[in-house]
Amino acid sequence: MRWIWIDKFVEFQSGRQAVAIKNVTLAEEHLHDHFPDFPVMPECLMIEAMAQTAGILVGEAKKFQEKVILAKIKKCVFFDYVKPGDTIKLEAKIESIAPEAASTAGKITRGSTLIAEIDLMFSHIDQNLAGKKFPDENFVFTDTFKSLMMGIAD
Amino acid sequence: MAISRDEIFKKVRNVLMDALGVDEDEVTTGATLMGDLGAESIDFLDIVFRLEKTFGIKIPREELFPAENLLNNPQLINNGKLTAAGLTELRNRMPHTDLSEFEKDPNINKLGNLFTVNAIVNYIDIKSKNI
Repeated sequence: MRWIWIDKFVEFQSGRQAVAIKNVTLAEEHLHDHFPDFPVMPECLMIEAMAQTAGILVGEAKKFQEKVILAKIKKCVFFDYVKPGDTIKLEAKIESIAPEAASTAGKITRGSTLIAEIDLMFSHIDQNLAGKKFPDENFVFTDTFKSLMMGIAD
Repeated sequence: MAISRDEIFKKVRNVLMDALGVDEDEVTTGATLMGDLGAESIDFLDIVFRLEKTFGIKIPREELFPAENLLNNPQLINNGKLTAAGLTELRNRMPHTDLSEFEKDPNINKLGNLFTVNAIVNYIDIKSKNI
């Protein structure tokens, strides 16, 4: 199983920017408790959706050969709630990319309403500065992931 | 590019405040990035990216923070300390850093103390004069 938290890419410019959408539904059980009588998408899951959008953008830039791991949340500001029935748009841009890491700038909108600004850093962990070794197998961009990507790439 | 040391320091201070979430008064010239300002390894790359953007320069890997390659070379390290050859190599690679204190006891565990705010200001100062 692979947890994909975005529904579809609607734009993808290799090495530059990607736009994904996610539909939010009351079938997501966590919304029943977050919060009772006031279901809103948890902000940490908005970060996850942006991390997937931006992380796939960064991974594709190196043809999915690197293991791309979320390493740092550089900035994260929320302006509005997201509720069941909303469709949110996640736009991510690569600001810098180097052999060891990449930084991205992103925003989430619903229609013309700004929901969040989320800037992230990703590590290409095989190139880490500490020289730590990781398994050869790419456990980030697996075959399951690639198969699912076929379904959400526009 | 004519930019004074004071201007460089102010811009570097803003970069470090944004990258590390520290307050203005914490970013003194003598502050060490790891010990005083709490930087971790990914923060170094974040700082490099931000410096490149702020000053419009390209910072090659290992030029600003070159220590890790030294650590993998047995000729440069002996018993956890840099050898004479290691110190020479470090001086060549870090002309922007004052090594006088480190040379008294070149223990590799103290390498982190070399990454100071002042070292970044020196690096940018040298780099901007060579553009």
